[in-house]
Amino acid sequence: MSDHEYTPKSKFGKWFNDRLPLLSLASHLTDYPTPKNLNYWWTFGGILTFCLITQIVTGLTLAMHYIAHADMAFESVEHIMRDVNYGWLIRYIHANGASMFFLAVYIHIFRSLFYGSYKSPREIIWILGIIIYLLMMAAAFMGYVLPWGQMSFWGATVITNLFSAIPLVGEGIVTWLWGGYSVDNPTLTRFFTLHYLIPFLILGLVVLHIWALHVPGNNNPVGIDIKKPSKDTVPFHPYIVIKDGFALLMFMIVFAFFVFYTPNILGHADNYIEANPLVTPAHIVPEWYLLPFYAILRSVPDKLLGVVAMLSAILILAALPWLDTSKIRSAVFRPLYKQFYWILVADVLILGYVGAMPAEGLYLLIARVATAYYFLHFLVILPVLGFKEKTLPIPLSITEPVLGGSSNLATAKNKEGLNN
Amino acid sequence: MKNLLKTKTLSLIILLIGVSFNSISAEKVEYLKTDWSFKGLFGKFDRGALQRGYQVYTEVCSSCHSMKYVSYRNLAEKGGPEFTEAQAKAIAASFEVIDGPNEDGEMFTRPGKLSDKFVMPYENVKAAQAANGGAYPPDMSVLVKARGGGANYIYSLLQGYEDPPIGVTLDEGVHYNKYMYGNKIKMSNPLSDGLVEYNDGTKATIEQMSKDVTTFLMWTAEPHLEARHQMGFKAIVYLIILTVLVYFSMKRIWSRIETEV
Repeated sequence: MSDHEYTPKSKFGKWFNDRLPLLSLASHLTDYPTPKNLNYWWTFGGILTFCLITQIVTGLTLAMHYIAHADMAFESVEHIMRDVNYGWLIRYIHANGASMFFLAVYIHIFRSLFYGSYKSPREIIWILGIIIYLLMMAAAFMGYVLPWGQMSFWGATVITNLFSAIPLVGEGIVTWLWGGYSVDNPTLTRFFTLHYLIPFLILGLVVLHIWALHVPGNNNPVGIDIKKPSKDTVPFHPYIVIKDGFALLMFMIVFAFFVFYTPNILGHADNYIEANPLVTPAHIVPEWYLLPFYAILRSVPDKLLGVVAMLSAILILAALPWLDTSKIRSAVFRPLYKQFYWILVADVLILGYVGAMPAEGLYLLIARVATAYYFLHFLVILPVLGFKEKTLPIPLSITEPVLGGSSNLATAKNKEGLNN
Repeated sequence: MKNLLKTKTLSLIILLIGVSFNSISAEKVEYLKTDWSFKGLFGKFDRGALQRGYQVYTEVCSSCHSMKYVSYRNLAEKGGPEFTEAQAKAIAASFEVIDGPNEDGEMFTRPGKLSDKFVMPYENVKAAQAANGGAYPPDMSVLVKARGGGANYIYSLLQGYEDPPIGVTLDEGVHYNKYMYGNKIKMSNPLSDGLVEYNDGTKATIEQMSKDVTTFLMWTAEPHLEARHQMGFKAIVYLIILTVLVYFSMKRIWSRIETEV
């Protein structure tokens, strides 16, 4: 991290920095050499930081007015919407903020998949990211339970019941999770506690995620290792700060449109009906960002195997740096991978779509084919592709892409060495 | 090979989208539509419709449907029906509210005040069910947001009563409504032409009353809708201006190095 020395100008600054090097940290962050060819897909890291902070700030405010009790939660949300000053604004930002957070994280993940950002030496950044993503799903799921509407209650019932698939101890675990024999007040209070806790865990992991990023530095659209600092890099401030800021503002316009003009379109109407354990909704559907995994869960006829498939679908991502055997990072120079990448994108979208539909007939068939393909992509196509694919010549540096002539990274590196 | 793959994927996606749209449209009935005053970037509530809608709610719906999250004071607030405070006080005072216990430990009734929530027709859900053949008339505070079709659905349902088609038999106390999920509804047709007498001279047709009461229900579900639309427009205009300014700053900063941004 300290690849350059920084000395504060003032005497006090020096005294302070010798004891707590905050000024060195600030200097590192502003000077941080960043590839100058980063495109707008790289701005979602900053956008995600904004999303996390927005969720924490609005969430803290909501928690001041919300009452975590099965008899009062729904009413307290209505109190926020009606009587708390700008309570409607804060709640709509928080509710839509969750969707915006997931929209941004999916773009961030798929950017990484396209440009091979998960590959050596960035495996730890990637795995930290997967843990953050898992925690985000847990936080979002529990947050959706808090208004204690019909979808809250029945969503919680369906998801917690998944643990009953575990042999022998499953039923016991479910009772333990619920704090009783059904989803009820004890479930709500513990979900509220955990929903409050998880964002701070995420915040800590985000710090590690960025720290781990600052060791090797950013990947870039060309996917080659670059010298830092060099003519291929720009200092983070002001170049990347202003670019991230511009992209963030564009993102905020979309965000604001949802909050002010269609605040409920991403939620389910049934969640404005107070939870009723005696009435089951016609279709129980999770929030849109969990739908692909819901489709995978339902496509397996056996409950336990369904749960295993769903968890594997997420955990398989953690093994991605080793499943992808290709030495070339960026899909720009991998003509076949590029095709399969887009098929995977389509596959996940299809899974999301059938996840929202009833699990029967044609939908079920499509869900099964799409689930099978999802695993095929990671377990077969990616490992084989690394050996079989004929990649395009990669450039030697960002500034001189046309001079590239070698077909793989190793020779490119050797040439670079020779040139120097 | 590449092109083949591309074509195959594309055609698969198109096929799927086609299939899904067909199946969706087969299930859903088209709801009636009308020109809602509250739609759009600058949508506001039609004050007259809100006041008339309140009248329909009080005279017709409120005998069975509660509205437990709305207070009488809301009737005089900005962005709502905007009755004068004196009118809202008079409305509140026309209801008997159970209060207490007093110093003797007794519950007592008193005229309603602005701070009271709308008085409920039944004491609890069980009482409501007992009086309505087992069906609970849902609380109307957030009803528009609690139904998939929103305002159009409520508006259509109120006008959707018909004689059942041949072959459909209905149990006693069940009515046929072409917009209700499954077409069977326990609520009897609540509206008929001229059921209420509007003070402003508007003709009380079923269609007019449906529109007015639905507008009123939209307001009870989203009491801050007008403030939201106004703030939203300002916020988005502000963001767009800032985005443009930041864009040009970015161009200027990046012009120091030769890279396109």
